[in-house]
Amino acid sequence: MSIKGKAYIAGIYEHPTRKAEGIPLAQLHAEVARGALADAGLELRDVDAYFCAGDAPGLGALSMAEYLGLSLAHIDNTETGGSSYLLHVNHAAQAIAAGKCKVALITLAGKPRSGGTQPGRPPMTGIPPDAAFELPFKPTVLNLYAMCARRHMHEFGTTSEQLAWIKVAASHHAQHNPHAMLREVVTVEDVVNSPLVADPLHRLDCCVVSDGGGALVVVAPEIMAQLKRPPVRLLGAGETIKHNAGGVVDITFSGAVASGARAFAEAGVTPADIKYASVYDSFTITVLIQLEDLGFCRKGDGGRFVADGNLIAGVGRLPFNTDGGGLCNNHPGNRGGMTKVLEAVRQLRGEAHPAVQVKNCDLALAHGTGGYLATRHGSATLIMERG
Amino acid sequence: MADAKDTPKDVPVADRALEPYWAAAREGRLLLKRCQDCGKLHYYPRAHCPFCLSDRGEWVEAAGAGTIYSWSVERRAQPPYAIAFVTLAEGPTLLTNIVDCDLDGLAIGQPVTLRFEERDGAPTPVFRPAG
Repeated sequence: MSIKGKAYIAGIYEHPTRKAEGIPLAQLHAEVARGALADAGLELRDVDAYFCAGDAPGLGALSMAEYLGLSLAHIDNTETGGSSYLLHVNHAAQAIAAGKCKVALITLAGKPRSGGTQPGRPPMTGIPPDAAFELPFKPTVLNLYAMCARRHMHEFGTTSEQLAWIKVAASHHAQHNPHAMLREVVTVEDVVNSPLVADPLHRLDCCVVSDGGGALVVVAPEIMAQLKRPPVRLLGAGETIKHNAGGVVDITFSGAVASGARAFAEAGVTPADIKYASVYDSFTITVLIQLEDLGFCRKGDGGRFVADGNLIAGVGRLPFNTDGGGLCNNHPGNRGGMTKVLEAVRQLRGEAHPAVQVKNCDLALAHGTGGYLATRHGSATLIMERG
Repeated sequence: MADAKDTPKDVPVADRALEPYWAAAREGRLLLKRCQDCGKLHYYPRAHCPFCLSDRGEWVEAAGAGTIYSWSVERRAQPPYAIAFVTLAEGPTLLTNIVDCDLDGLAIGQPVTLRFEERDGAPTPVFRPAG
């Protein structure tokens, strides 16, 4: 069974806050749920499926269904870090295609800046089996991604200047987003001259830390037909988990190799067909490795591909993260997958900021990596078209 | 999810299958696990082989020689430290620290030698530049 053409993204909402002092996590979930349902033109009572990940308080959907007042026929707590919400869209489309539900609500909220949640911490209990063999060495999100950059540079000659172009492109887009945390346009020199935080990554190679959240409403075709919003049809989706089982380590590629291939095969399109891409941007190196793995260029050519403004809307061949992305706009709850889908939908609707709207944007990709690029991560790819 | 900020204080956990590993580690010896069904070595060790799920494993002592696969220096830490993936001569690659080294002089492919350090009460395999 394929999801191709079986489900639509009907509603989206991005919380405007970047610091949610005094607002509990559950309330943020409610605010984004309300926003996305209003965007779709649907009511709370229309929702029959709910998806949330480790950022939801308590027992996830169990706690949130009561708080939001949901009456559910389908529930999914899939947790793969920041990529969770892209998997949720895939799973929602599968459930809709299988006739299990018609209106799926997906929410994300996080407050790493103002407290009240442990950023990125899944709800699962117990010590992970890798803990005794990894935690003594003080791995951080930063140094784990930095090691991927180091190895990529070693094998393929990628440079810090090439990585910097990714931040430069994101900053060109963020200048037009009034909600973005970093709206100042930066140069390659600004990035490579910012302090080294974990070699070879500089401070400006990193995403922002922000509170906030977002929500999506995925619906069956017969529901979409009754709504007024521009339809965004799901064409293909793929997912996987990449890890280093047993000590077989190659950190120059990501799970996008598998999830991307599955999504393209299901959609029946190729990377050359994609007009706009939302690509997970926890760090510049994350973007570069994923672009290669998704097939936008050959493995090892990512540095040359991203250089010279190739990711800037109106300038380059592949406009990316036109909201400013995690690198400049926001990264709610340290989980960037939701905002990747939101901006792809805006582009397909023609509702991105006019300065960054891709002309005739009829086919878009959104991709997420959640967890740790170097050790274990969830990977998910969505391909959508203007319906 | 491994992140130093989340470090639980009660690792290593009680795990009967890993008692030989920790006993050897206390003697400064690093044990890998070899599956007696598929023959593959794995690290970190666990009761079931991650290549075939067999529970018939035997312990194999690593010689202690390896090379740096990748590395980074956490510059904001006080003091800064080097984290690395080291590929053992036996094959598996493990997460570790490079110690007793020039933090500006590390390189991929650099030969390194095993050493154990006591950390939070647990014997911990780290590496220093060879020679």
